[in-house]
Amino acid sequence: MVDFTLWDILRNLMLAARWTVLLSLAAFVGGGLLGLGLLLLRLARPRLAPLVVLHVRLFQGTPLLMQLFLAYFGLALLGLDVPAWAAAALALTLYASAFLCEIWRGSVEAVPRGQWEAAGSLALSFGETMRHVIGPQALRIAVAPTVGFLVQVIKGTALASVIGFVELTRAGTMIVNATFQPLAVYGCVALMYFLLCWPVSAWSLHLERRLRRERV
Amino acid sequence: MNASENLSGPAADPVADPVADPVVRVQGLRKRFGVNEVLKGIDLEVGRGEVVTIIGRSGSGKSTLLRCVNGLETFEDGALSVDGRPLRHGDAAAMRALRQRVGMIFQGFNLFPHLSVGRNVMLAPALVHRRPGRDGEAVARRLLERVGLAEKFEAWPDQLSGGQQQRVAIARALAMEPGVLLCDEITSALDPELVGEVLRVVESLAAEGMTLMMVTHEMGFARKVSDRVVFMHAGRIHEVGPPEQIFGAPQTPELRQFLAALH
Repeated sequence: MVDFTLWDILRNLMLAARWTVLLSLAAFVGGGLLGLGLLLLRLARPRLAPLVVLHVRLFQGTPLLMQLFLAYFGLALLGLDVPAWAAAALALTLYASAFLCEIWRGSVEAVPRGQWEAAGSLALSFGETMRHVIGPQALRIAVAPTVGFLVQVIKGTALASVIGFVELTRAGTMIVNATFQPLAVYGCVALMYFLLCWPVSAWSLHLERRLRRERV
Repeated sequence: MNASENLSGPAADPVADPVADPVVRVQGLRKRFGVNEVLKGIDLEVGRGEVVTIIGRSGSGKSTLLRCVNGLETFEDGALSVDGRPLRHGDAAAMRALRQRVGMIFQGFNLFPHLSVGRNVMLAPALVHRRPGRDGEAVARRLLERVGLAEKFEAWPDQLSGGQQQRVAIARALAMEPGVLLCDEITSALDPELVGEVLRVVESLAAEGMTLMMVTHEMGFARKVSDRVVFMHAGRIHEVGPPEQIFGAPQTPELRQFLAALH
């Protein structure tokens, strides 16, 4: 039997944590772009709003675990050979887009109506109003909930382990199976999630304070 | 110059008299909120350089009429044009062309809180007229001086009093060089001691020949600066005339009742 030192455990977990970070980034960038697109669509084309609402309801109202299963096995059923990382990135992107779209819609709606009216009466177009008047004000409101959700996404990537994607949690399980030290290993896994999430939360707090003090 | 000088005859006819060189032309305007019809066929023309004040009870449709002129409210029937540019809802280019001719001042100022005073004034000209940088800044500084706030160029909106904010809003609207300025109860949110400074700016604009459409509760001011006063009642123009006649010799019992209730 091979002996595993604490360093062996940590080193392997850290290697796997790279995939957790990458998956989180993919989900956040993809989800952010898609969420923003959906929000603009909803604001600029009210007739298409029900479709956006349906998308949001669908992905907010089903467990992320099921979305991962459907992305992985569902696409395979359709004859598409999707690797686990791509299925995980797709499911997390759709999941994040729904939540971010909703968070940002709330932020835009929190900007007083008079701001839209003032911009409109100055002949600004929808795009100009969004970019120069509503956007900067909504951004300040959106920072805290957005970064809060980023933390949720980082922890949510753990679920990608169920479709066989080797990220932090999956690596932890594999190491437990080899070492029979669940407490130590899962303790290390939890610590690593904490080390990933804590700076993000701290950054959110810092950003919130800075935006309150300064003006864009 | 003054369009009201051409107007004579009694105001008993509720339809506005034709104006020689109309800036704003409203014909048969009808507007409903759900089942409630708030404007029941409005005909009104505002001449170049004319100051028209709209008075009436709350709910008479006066603010709605004003908001229709720059397309903040849609309407179901009738036609509206400013400087010959027709208002067409859903036509973004036509709306933009029309709104460049119409400035609006709001009861709640609606300054952009994330931009300095100077950038509040410069934003729209830079985007819509493509007048960025030095040029735009010079214009903004001149307009702020005109409303008595030259030294506030770098200030933030929340550092100003209500009266100062409203004067910045006026400078911001003027920066677009509008053909007509709409004033929607612009002193109603101000402390009494700040009303005067805003009204003085509006008065100076009127004296310089700016076309103005105002909704106001300041009857003394309306009497002083208006060329014509429009009394609205139940969604219709009930009585129109020069201020001396509207305030001095009201023709209809509704207007008499409205004026009596003010005292």
